[in-house]
Amino acid sequence: MIPYLLCLILFCEGLYCVLRKRNLIKIIIGVMIMDYAVNLFFVLIAYKMNGRAPILSPDTTIMNMVDPLPHALVLTSIVIGLATTALFIAIAIRIYQKYGTYDITKIKELKG
Amino acid sequence: MSKERDKGMSLIVKTITRLTVGLIFLYGAYIVAHGHLSPGGGFAGGVIISLSFVHLMLAYGKEEAFKKLSQAGASLFENLGAIIFLTIALIGFIGGYFFLNLISKGTPFRLYSSGIIPLCNIAICLKVGAGLFAIFIALVLLKFDVEKKK
Amino acid sequence: MIETSQIIPLFVAIPLGGAFLTSLTSKKLNWLADILGIGATIVLFILSLVSVRLVYLHSILIYEVGAWKPPIGIVMVMDGLTSFMLVTVNLVAFLIACYSINYMEKFTSKWSFYTLFLLMLAGMNGVIVTGDLFNLFVFLEIAAIASYALVAFGTEKHELEAAFKYAIMGSIGSLFILLGIAFLYAYTSTLNMADMANVLKEKGISNTVIMISVLFLMGFGFKSALVPFHAWLPDAHPSAPAPISAMLSGVLIKSLGIYALCRIVFNVIGITTPISNILMFLGALSMVVGVFLAIGQWDFKRLLAYHSISQIGYVVLGIGIGTPLGILGGLFHLFNHSVFKSLLFLNSGAVEYSTGTRDLKEMGGLASKMPVTGSTSFIASMSIAGIPPFNGFWSKLIIIIAAVQASHYWYAFWAVLASILTLASFTKVMKYAFLGKLGEKWNQIKEVPGFMQLSMLLLALICLVGGLLVLPSVSEIFLRKASDALLQGVDYASTILSGI
Repeated sequence: MIPYLLCLILFCEGLYCVLRKRNLIKIIIGVMIMDYAVNLFFVLIAYKMNGRAPILSPDTTIMNMVDPLPHALVLTSIVIGLATTALFIAIAIRIYQKYGTYDITKIKELKG
Repeated sequence: MSKERDKGMSLIVKTITRLTVGLIFLYGAYIVAHGHLSPGGGFAGGVIISLSFVHLMLAYGKEEAFKKLSQAGASLFENLGAIIFLTIALIGFIGGYFFLNLISKGTPFRLYSSGIIPLCNIAICLKVGAGLFAIFIALVLLKFDVEKKK
Repeated sequence: MIETSQIIPLFVAIPLGGAFLTSLTSKKLNWLADILGIGATIVLFILSLVSVRLVYLHSILIYEVGAWKPPIGIVMVMDGLTSFMLVTVNLVAFLIACYSINYMEKFTSKWSFYTLFLLMLAGMNGVIVTGDLFNLFVFLEIAAIASYALVAFGTEKHELEAAFKYAIMGSIGSLFILLGIAFLYAYTSTLNMADMANVLKEKGISNTVIMISVLFLMGFGFKSALVPFHAWLPDAHPSAPAPISAMLSGVLIKSLGIYALCRIVFNVIGITTPISNILMFLGALSMVVGVFLAIGQWDFKRLLAYHSISQIGYVVLGIGIGTPLGILGGLFHLFNHSVFKSLLFLNSGAVEYSTGTRDLKEMGGLASKMPVTGSTSFIASMSIAGIPPFNGFWSKLIIIIAAVQASHYWYAFWAVLASILTLASFTKVMKYAFLGKLGEKWNQIKEVPGFMQLSMLLLALICLVGGLLVLPSVSEIFLRKASDALLQGVDYASTILSGI
């Protein structure tokens, strides 16, 4: 029970970071923390008691392995997180070129 | 000393890079080739291969790295990887289904086994390796001045 | 050995192949990008029309990817709702690709535009076609990341700020969806949507399922701009180039947001009265808030973006009512909104192409210099305001009748009020932009080039004849199949698992 709760607290910390920080780069790091928290949650729900790593080799018999499906899903999700982060950082660098600052209270051209 | 400072890092770093960059590339290729037998596969191997090129650029400067893999070359490999992956998926149409595992499946636990999975791993490795190198170039090498505020 | 269900993966394979071929070849050969873009979208449009006919003959088509049987493998499903959404998405995509041959001449790298456009189309088609929950998430992310890059395409100040806001909020929405998928997998231990519906039917509604529905409502609410989660839309949709605004507002928020929400809430979790009440309330709130915020706008595209929020509220209200007539009205309004909102955004793009401004106070009397744009804009404004005999009138009428029949009189009143305010807002647009005296500085402008006129005229034609889709013989094969697919609820599972 405790690992799942701590994982969801990590998710909420990432959300707090996105909501309250003023620097663009810190907001990006907040989204990354949320991403890692969800990936960790996926791996946690795959665990079975006394399971071992789900790798098959010719000299072992199959007996309690953890669930391998969420491991494949997490691999895909990590790639998606990488692509998103790269895009965010590219946009942030261009914003610095145009506005001269990373502070979101000064980047407020669109209103209304 | 100042001439070496202009292009890349110090002599010690350059020597170690010369020794290890080929081994990093080889290790990445090993992880890709055994992707169907042990953890890793296309994505992890692709990241390691792209890191070898990034290592070369960090230690020697961008001209030397561009001699090994230019920007146009990275773009070409990226698209080629995606097109090869799509072609492998469409070849399955001959057998009747998308992504069907057509090639003979050999004996399990050997290197030549499990049909199209090693080929898919190689295609993904090409795409991810070239793609990450292109992302690194785009983020690091684009220099421009900050526009004056109106 | 061509089975008919082999058409389904082509909807994903063709735009993906087109995107990477464009990226490979068109840096040197610029004309090839246009041909690949138009070729891919026209083939997809013809295939989607074929799919309507196939669903009419076979009533459901199932395709197992890689010959792995469900629930182990990934399935692709084509039923009535799928073919309806496919026609909507591919029709609008074809006409927008046609428009952007001329419009994107002003930007520097046309090949990267077509690459991202075809990738976004592949993602949207993938979301519509798939029958597996994590596959839906992957395609949703493909389409969303392509759209973040497309909003920032011009790299001016406003576009970058809007793209950053849109990207952060969009990816937080995706993370909520992923968290919901993780909980659902832990609860049912399967990822196939049909199998999941069976397991949920046996296990019944528990607190976990309620929390999962809330997470999905939040996540897909971010993607489809329902009212508490709408804050990115008025910044992102005006800042994108005009064909991309039309694509985002016309099909992306519907394919990624409304379609996925309906599929999961109706067919996997099963609609219950609390969820339907929440959907109706959020829909009504979106309608009213969108139209009140839109009246005071003077920027043409920002006004259209606020109206998008309002019209999506109509769709969600119609679907939330839950009766067959309500769902029919909601889906019909979804199709109509794709057509006339895309036409409105393309018109604003044409005005910006000729005059270089988006501010309503500076324009005036453009209809004399730009007849095609003026008349198509007039048709689209009357459609969105709900004037007979254009298509907007029929769909709004069906939604209001369904609300009255289910005795939600208060919601029907808000729907009528929002419609009247929409009419007021668009008469303001027509008066300031197109009618009146021609301003001094606009004496030199000309009509827009040929392809842009062609796509605007075709969309206006569909606006005119769209009302015919309600005729009983036509709606039998098109709209009614779509609403039946949603109404069968969790019996969707038995249809799929017995069809293999």
